[in-house]
Amino acid sequence: MLNNTDLEKKINSELNTKVNSSKIVHETLNVSIEKDDLKEVLLFLKSNPDMKFKQLIDITAVDYPNKKNRFRMIYLLLSHEFNKRIIIDFPLNENEKVFSITGIFPSANWMEREVFDMYGIDFQDHPDLRRILTDYEFEGYPLRKDFPITGHKEVRYSEEKKKVIYEPVKLEQDYRNFDYNSPWQGTEYIKEIKKNNE
Amino acid sequence: MSKQTKTLNLNFGPQHPAAHGVLRLILELDGEIVEKADPHIGLLHRGTEKLIENKTYSQAIPYFDRLDYVAPMNQEHAFALAIEKILDIEVPIRGQYIRVIFCEIGRILSHILNITTQALDVGALTPSLWGFEEREKLMEFYERVSGSRLHANYFRPGGVHQDLPRGLDTDILKFCNEFPKIIDDLETLLTDNRIFKQRNVDIGIVSKDDALDYSFSGVMMRGSGVPWDLRKSQPYDCYEQLSFKVPIGKNGDCYDRYLCRVEEMRESVKIIKQCLEQLPKGPVKSQDNKITPPPKKEIKESMEALIHHFKLFTEGYRVKKDEIYTAVEAPKGEFGVYLISDGSSKPYKCKIRAPGFSHLQAMDYLIKGHMLADVPAVLGSLDIVFGEIDR
Repeated sequence: MLNNTDLEKKINSELNTKVNSSKIVHETLNVSIEKDDLKEVLLFLKSNPDMKFKQLIDITAVDYPNKKNRFRMIYLLLSHEFNKRIIIDFPLNENEKVFSITGIFPSANWMEREVFDMYGIDFQDHPDLRRILTDYEFEGYPLRKDFPITGHKEVRYSEEKKKVIYEPVKLEQDYRNFDYNSPWQGTEYIKEIKKNNE
Repeated sequence: MSKQTKTLNLNFGPQHPAAHGVLRLILELDGEIVEKADPHIGLLHRGTEKLIENKTYSQAIPYFDRLDYVAPMNQEHAFALAIEKILDIEVPIRGQYIRVIFCEIGRILSHILNITTQALDVGALTPSLWGFEEREKLMEFYERVSGSRLHANYFRPGGVHQDLPRGLDTDILKFCNEFPKIIDDLETLLTDNRIFKQRNVDIGIVSKDDALDYSFSGVMMRGSGVPWDLRKSQPYDCYEQLSFKVPIGKNGDCYDRYLCRVEEMRESVKIIKQCLEQLPKGPVKSQDNKITPPPKKEIKESMEALIHHFKLFTEGYRVKKDEIYTAVEAPKGEFGVYLISDGSSKPYKCKIRAPGFSHLQAMDYLIKGHMLADVPAVLGSLDIVFGEIDR
């Protein structure tokens, strides 16, 4: 049985051209790769007799709106045989597609649909890429950082039309996002006013 | 002469008593045989992950109660563990024991609900009447410790909110002594019941390999004979110090999963009893007042305590830049939290990995070729709760 350091060495030596960087954080190995190597790396991890990462735990993405590559894809795998977890990640540009891994892990189907739904990341060769958690005919990608927390549309029952209707969100009171961070330094808007005055 | 046949599309739910919430299942039927099942989920989607990104860490805990609302504290546990690992906080040993007691109470709560409602789905009414009485007792324990029956908000990073009220430990012990008898009674109703067996044996069989491929966890996986329990393999809190068995199924059908759940309840009772016997004295939460608020009494006397209190409930504590995945063995399977912190007092991202999501995904694979009447039986044995699937 491999410990984390040996596992890191082995992955680095066998996949050396494909691994960008690797580190052990909180007793879990994190491996950064390139987008195009995803399938090969996952197949290797799944089939290698010393690793057997046979279960896909989750797929998710992170949005960094200010970075050059806006998204980061994250794949969590688990090996029951060796009681190990591994985290694979790679950066992704906003208009790039990711290869679907439904062929390797059938459970990736819904997980990829969720990432598509929440972040608008497109998956190539996905058998059935539809929205999954949001409403039918929903617009926008809720987990992107630029999506407002109050959303765009609200639903109510219209007495006149005798049916449920969609309307733009009307808030009785603006959504208040209190900025409590380090109040003695002044909140951001005070800083902004100062800056503008200067 | 050739007969022309047409498949029939049937809309199952979202308002159906056997849909366990708000599942909309589009079934394609050939006569009574299901050819395809397409679950439509998201009818209970509340955007928990988005909301958590906009709340401080302590404000985020109540959202976890609302995921799997049948066993709320188990979810809080995963989130608390994630923050504890990033901040490197030690949880006092009494706090760990109390958390384990309430996690196991949550497991019993969830399994009673699942077993009895599954029985209800296949036609047995009595188990739910008997089981829900016990759930009421357990929820009373929740209420006594946290003030609310369901949405407890009791686990905190660094321990639990407050110590057990006087007399609660003896009452839990009393329950533990009486409850095995109730499990026996439930078993006399179901385990050898001819109708229950006809409806469950050899229905929805999952092989070992498929359980891995479809990301099953918890009972769904153990029912298929995979010996895997995070409480044993990747122990957290004080599970290492407790002795308990992990029941494993043989055939991977609905009936084996039912048997696993019954045995798990018995093991949970043993765990709670051990915890109560070993329950040490001492604090129940970390004494670091930068993370956990000081006692109310101190606030009136000490300026420092007042400042800590004020800072914790306005700005909240800051969590250093880090990323972590922590998972706990929730009643339904592996419940995980992937937390990305950026050094502020709000999480940058919090991905919730719900076990039911993967289980429901496999619905098409599980039900293909079965009869329409088997749909509720399989759905029941998946143990789905829409709070966690839709998030």
